[in-house]
Amino acid sequence: MSFWSNPILVANEWLTGLLADLLPEAWATLISTIIGVVVVSSFGLILVIFLIWLERKVAARFQDRIGPNRAGPYGLLQTIADIVKLLTKEDSIPEKADKLTFNLAPIVSMIAVLLIWAVIPFAPGWIGTDLNVGVLYIAAVGSFGILSILMAGWASNNKYALLGAFRAVAQLISYEVPMLLTLLVPVLLARSMGMMTVVEMQSTWFIVLAPVAGVIFLVSSIAEVGRTPFDLIEAESEIVAGYHTEYTGMKFGLFFAAEFLHAFTVGVLFAILYLGGWRGPGAEQYPILGVVYLMAKSSIGYFIVMWVRSTLPRIRIDHMLDLNWKVLTPISLALLIATAVLDKLFAETALRVPALLAGNLAVLALSWVLVRIMSRKARRERQVFKKRPEARAVQP
Amino acid sequence: MTAMQGVFLFTAGLILWAAFMMVTRQNLVHAAFYLILALFGVSIIFVLLDAGFLAVVQVLVYIGAISIIMIFAVMLTRGDVIEEAPVNKNYGWALLLAALFAFGLIILIGQWPAVASLAGEIDTSRDLAAELGVALVSPEGFVIPFEVASVLLLAALVGALMVARPQKKGK
Repeated sequence: MSFWSNPILVANEWLTGLLADLLPEAWATLISTIIGVVVVSSFGLILVIFLIWLERKVAARFQDRIGPNRAGPYGLLQTIADIVKLLTKEDSIPEKADKLTFNLAPIVSMIAVLLIWAVIPFAPGWIGTDLNVGVLYIAAVGSFGILSILMAGWASNNKYALLGAFRAVAQLISYEVPMLLTLLVPVLLARSMGMMTVVEMQSTWFIVLAPVAGVIFLVSSIAEVGRTPFDLIEAESEIVAGYHTEYTGMKFGLFFAAEFLHAFTVGVLFAILYLGGWRGPGAEQYPILGVVYLMAKSSIGYFIVMWVRSTLPRIRIDHMLDLNWKVLTPISLALLIATAVLDKLFAETALRVPALLAGNLAVLALSWVLVRIMSRKARRERQVFKKRPEARAVQP
Repeated sequence: MTAMQGVFLFTAGLILWAAFMMVTRQNLVHAAFYLILALFGVSIIFVLLDAGFLAVVQVLVYIGAISIIMIFAVMLTRGDVIEEAPVNKNYGWALLLAALFAFGLIILIGQWPAVASLAGEIDTSRDLAAELGVALVSPEGFVIPFEVASVLLLAALVGALMVARPQKKGK
């Protein structure tokens, strides 16, 4: 196999051979593993520099502006200039802050995102570690992200920061429920929790088999990242800057970079779980093509995230909770049951794809009707409430 | 000493240190952070034992859930309680009882024959997560305890809902 079709494998074999001559085998394995970790996490960290530029450009286009265009061609060096600026800023720590926790929080927030990249299958054979519980692992490392926000909010010893952390609990933990349930749908369809198997089983993309689950996954993932319209945890017009109010310089930069990388990671996960990951013509023979396909598919999800961010205003906190608990969670529960039953009934038959698609659409139609009935009932109750002044006194 | 033993000794030390720090901290939130560290150490032990599923669930349930409990502790208690939790004057008796239980357990476990024998190698080629899943729902496996636990949790959920529900007046 030539270098250009599979550079990672060739480089890895060359490196292992080189190390095996010099060192005992255990050390060689250890060193090549560490190099692998450094390569994967550097990829994420370098990617984020360009993601910030890309997002600023795209957001500018949505707002009929040009965006950064001074530093370098097309403003490509703008982010690097910003990093230099952040690094030269004064590093201020509030006097009454809990120093260790305060300094640890941005690091944990970045680690939480980078840990996800350990199980991302870039191409056939290109994966940090093919855990047999990969999908569950993604959900598990997500809780480090919540932890980092709590650490930052509490350690800052600032009321607005703590308010941001409280909102984070309400939002991130709530939206973890529909996200986990819709993560389970690809697991059911692939019959495995390993990320590589999930991709390999997608001869038909899972977005065709479970379109509604895919959309719910994307929505609840946007809420998990805490982007507009779900940016209540750092709503600048309400609580200054939420959990990172007290952070300056590169510590704020780490939170910022972690958010951007997380947003792109959502796109990558959406591509892997629902858009067939690295699958595409020729990807089996030339794994480098698989990386191109994966990145192209990830950009679809990432573009939707940016599009939503530039279009919608911030959602109100009670609407945010209502959307999660009264709409997304019941629908994803119903979807999970429907997928499990239909996939078992029509397994190995030609009817599998149409049956699953029909099941998804039926769940969607049913929930639409239910939402209409409930909202009509709520409107009637509101009108009664307006007409009867004595009813107002009873209400809390 | 293999690398595995080195990692195990380090992790075990970390867990013990974090557990000790957790029970001795005056600050409630610090105690919660040390608890998280100790539980994370336990998940590393699970990884060393080739129990990937348990390791991931440990992180998912404990680090996620403990964070919520911690924030409830912050929200529901007064500021001075967080900074300096009241000291229980009876800790001497508690220490004695805990030590008695610990030694009793160590003696009991020491008498168990399985402790002395080495465990066999785990066949890592098998999909252990899938086998665990099958065992939880198969009639020969643990379907009844599993379902009973689910019903218990559901009952707890409904009970919490009933307690929190606003009472309807004037009906």
